[in-house]
Amino acid sequence: MSPKKLSLKEKYSLLTRDLEWEYSYRDYKEIFPQEEFEGIKITDWSKWEDPFRLTMDAYWKYQAEKEKKLYAIFDAFAQNNGQLNVADARYVNAVKLFLTGVSPLEYQAYSGFAQVGRQFGGVGARVACQMQSLDELRHVQTQIHAMSHYNKFFDGLSEFNHMHDRVWYLSVPKSFFDDARSAGPFEYMVAIGFSFEYVLTNLLFVPFMSGAAYNGDMATVTFGFSAQSDEARHMTLGLEIIKFLLEQHPDNVPIVQRWINKWFWRGTRVLTLVAMMMDYMLPNRVMSWKEAFEVYFEEAGGALFKDLARYGIEMPVYAETAIAEKEHLSHQAWSIFYNYTHAAAFHTWMPNEREMDWLSEKYPNTFDRYYRARFEHWREMERAGERFYNPTLPMLCQTCQIPMGFTEMDNPTLIAYRQSVFQGERYNFCSDGCKDIFDHEPQKYVQSWLPVHQIFQGNCGGAEMEDVLAGYYRMNLGTDNLDFHGSPDEQRWNHWHNLQTAAEQMKKAS
Amino acid sequence: MSKVYLALQDNEESHYIVEAVEEDNPAVTVIYQPAMIRMENEGQMVVRRETVEEKMGRDWEVQSIHVNLITLGGNVEEDDDALTLSWND
Ligand SMILES: [Fe+2]
Ligand SMILES: [Fe+2]
Ligand SMILES: [Zn+2]
Repeated sequence: MSPKKLSLKEKYSLLTRDLEWEYSYRDYKEIFPQEEFEGIKITDWSKWEDPFRLTMDAYWKYQAEKEKKLYAIFDAFAQNNGQLNVADARYVNAVKLFLTGVSPLEYQAYSGFAQVGRQFGGVGARVACQMQSLDELRHVQTQIHAMSHYNKFFDGLSEFNHMHDRVWYLSVPKSFFDDARSAGPFEYMVAIGFSFEYVLTNLLFVPFMSGAAYNGDMATVTFGFSAQSDEARHMTLGLEIIKFLLEQHPDNVPIVQRWINKWFWRGTRVLTLVAMMMDYMLPNRVMSWKEAFEVYFEEAGGALFKDLARYGIEMPVYAETAIAEKEHLSHQAWSIFYNYTHAAAFHTWMPNEREMDWLSEKYPNTFDRYYRARFEHWREMERAGERFYNPTLPMLCQTCQIPMGFTEMDNPTLIAYRQSVFQGERYNFCSDGCKDIFDHEPQKYVQSWLPVHQIFQGNCGGAEMEDVLAGYYRMNLGTDNLDFHGSPDEQRWNHWHNLQTAAEQMKKAS
Repeated sequence: MSKVYLALQDNEESHYIVEAVEEDNPAVTVIYQPAMIRMENEGQMVVRRETVEEKMGRDWEVQSIHVNLITLGGNVEEDDDALTLSWND
């Protein structure tokens, strides 16, 4: 007689819940020392639900299948010189931004989930965190593998890891994760598991990957969607932790609400990079940032918060501001990067006429009114041989670390500027959201490693810009940085495709 | 009532899953985007093993949907026979 096949539920309880044991000779608080200090009250870990009921054996089986599929595509991409089939060489700058800004966060997530998983008294939560931790390690590895192919043909990719820990704009995503990982285990779960994975990662991965598909980058599409297939499980874990905390004790509700407010705002600031990627860096555009925000935050997030209303949870406090910002965010961010491209490891450029028209069409309330004239002016300056680079160093927001270039939403010509005084020192913020976060935990954020402050304090290689950029950041100046037009990337691309640059055409004609 | 959604990679296997979802959820909206297929439905959506097996003509485990899954929205309930998404509002 063959043994009866176990149902998913039976298998799940045997292979996760049954792994727990009684702690007989050590005190529970000694084993899980971080479970109480954040003020969260857990009365019964056995109430934890894992809707996917994935056990380790099934996990390995499906993950192996995903990897096999993925690497078959990487091989095909490399063998067919897939880099030649992207829409145009400008596209690769989106890949550079992803590898330097996002992939190292996958590593941080791996390490973060391993760390907090250890701190939970409930075995269900521990197993879920362990799987997510392994997923995140897979994500960083597959992303590096996929993009190593581009590194053979394009500039700006080779020092991604070194740069992530040092370069001014990369401190935005880096400090976001450092902030989460230096919080307690429950805050980390609400920050990364819920606010980031559930509410916001769709906005990072789905438009980015559809964009890659639309621009002929099959390697990125595949690693992206392969990573996303784990993300659905991560999102479910994020939602589960929230429901679990809210059901355990009413005292948890205000704590969780404050974390949601904070991490929603921190997350939307990080996604500024995605906003400008979608509206400015993809030669073939899929949808605007504004449209993506409407589908993945306003619609999907709206449904989620309606569902959570029964626990007394409300929309994040600055959701309204974020919604107003969808009209401006990408244009303001691209302006900042255009200003400081000499200090960045990727190229920027002004949109061409057709692209400006697309922006006018997608942003009828704002683009022509506030941004088009400025961009046309910069384009004229470039044509006259005076491409504008801003020689100063920007002031950074103490919380999100983005240069203080965002405006008030009721007056998009006025830079938003907030400040707080703490122990006799003044701190600056880009928004009410960032100021509130600081004011709640000033002792934490006064320690922020702000790249511009660090340069002025002499901690970044020297007093000259070249010491910082070439020495400390390891940028290849004149190669990795500056405008796309005139870059070695552009020259190689034109050479591969027998194209001429505008400058070459002029030379031949004269 | 809010919409639940499920997005799959656009490939052979997913096409059968989409067919099954359309059969079991007649009101579902299916949207084809670059490299992905997004299905939306008011309130609830179910992916039933039996229907998928019928479309594929072979055995299919509900959990193997993870291989082609991109994202989803809604509360998840999964057992041997079905994956269900729902909002309770
Ligand atoms: Fe990840
Ligand atoms: Fe994740
Ligand atoms: Zn800020």
